[in-house]
Amino acid sequence: MKSAVLVFPGINRERDMARTLRLVSGAEPAMVWHAESELPPGTDLVVVPGGFSYGDYLRCGAIAARAPIMDAVRAHAARGGLVLGVCNGFQILCESGLLPGVLMRNAELKFICKDVYLRVERSDTPFTRGYNAGQVIRVPVAHGEGNYAADGDTLARLEGEGRVAFRYAAPDGRLDPRWNVNGAVNAIAGILNDRGNVLGLMPHPENHVETAIGPTDGRGLFAGLTQHFAKVA
Amino acid sequence: MKARVTVTLKTGVLDPQGKAIEGALKSLGVAGVASVRQGKVFDIEVEGSDHAQAEAALKAAAEKLLANTVIENYRVEVLG
Repeated sequence: MKSAVLVFPGINRERDMARTLRLVSGAEPAMVWHAESELPPGTDLVVVPGGFSYGDYLRCGAIAARAPIMDAVRAHAARGGLVLGVCNGFQILCESGLLPGVLMRNAELKFICKDVYLRVERSDTPFTRGYNAGQVIRVPVAHGEGNYAADGDTLARLEGEGRVAFRYAAPDGRLDPRWNVNGAVNAIAGILNDRGNVLGLMPHPENHVETAIGPTDGRGLFAGLTQHFAKVA
Repeated sequence: MKARVTVTLKTGVLDPQGKAIEGALKSLGVAGVASVRQGKVFDIEVEGSDHAQAEAALKAAAEKLLANTVIENYRVEVLG
C-alpha cells in the first residue's frame, strides 16, 4: 500500500499517522507538503492527519481545505482513489467538499481528550473490512470541534445509503446519548462519501495500534486497508 | 474602499458559543437580553473604486472561504 500523508502548517499528528502506516502496512508513507500540486505517482491512499492546521483560524480546516495539494486530492478521489481524514483531517475533508456536513463545537463546549467506544456500522468497505459490522472498538478522541452536523436531506441520504461508518456508542454497542461524547447528530463519528472511497472520522485509530500503548483496536482499520491493496495488486 | 463581510449562523444551527455568552450576560444582570448568536465580521480594504466589482469580489471571497454556506449566511457591504 503506497500511502501519502499530507502536511499542513499546524498539523501535529502526522508522525503518529506515518508511524502507524509504517508499522501496519510495512511500507514507508510519503509526507506531502501542502504547497505541492501533485501526489507521488502511484499513491493508493491519501491520509489527511489530525492536528490544528493554521491554528484553526477562521474555521477548523477551512484554510487547509483550500491548499494547492487539495486539488490533487480531489482528482485522486475522483479517480476512485482512497482518502482517509482523521480529526482535523475529517474537518478539512468536509471544508473541501469531499465529504458533506460540518464539525461544530462540541455540545458541552469542552475539548475532549479520552478513549471512546465506536460501533463499526459496516465491514464491507476498504476502511472497515478489518472489523465486523456491529463490533465495538476503543479508540481515543482529542478535539474541541467534533460535533457532526448536516442538513436534514444530507442526513437522510447518509443514513439511507449506509454511509455512517462509525458511531459513538456504549461499550456494549448500545447507542446512548451519554456515550455520544460531542453531541454529534445520530452519534456520527465517521462517514463515507457517496462512492465509498473517502472516509472521515473524528477519533484517532492510529493511536491505538501498539500493545506498549494499550488497546490495539485501531489496528484493524490500517490492516484492512493494507489487505485491500494487497488484494487489488 | 472599505468593505465589510458579516458572517452569521443560519437559523436553527446550534450555537453553543452564543448560548454560553447569553448565559454570561444574564448572570451579569444585563437587562433585556433574550438570546445571543455569535458571528464574524471581516473588515476588508478593496483596491480600486468600482462598487459592483468590489461587491462581486467580496461575494466570491465569502463563497470560497469566509463563510461555510452549509451552516452560515453572509452579507457584503461596500462602505466606500
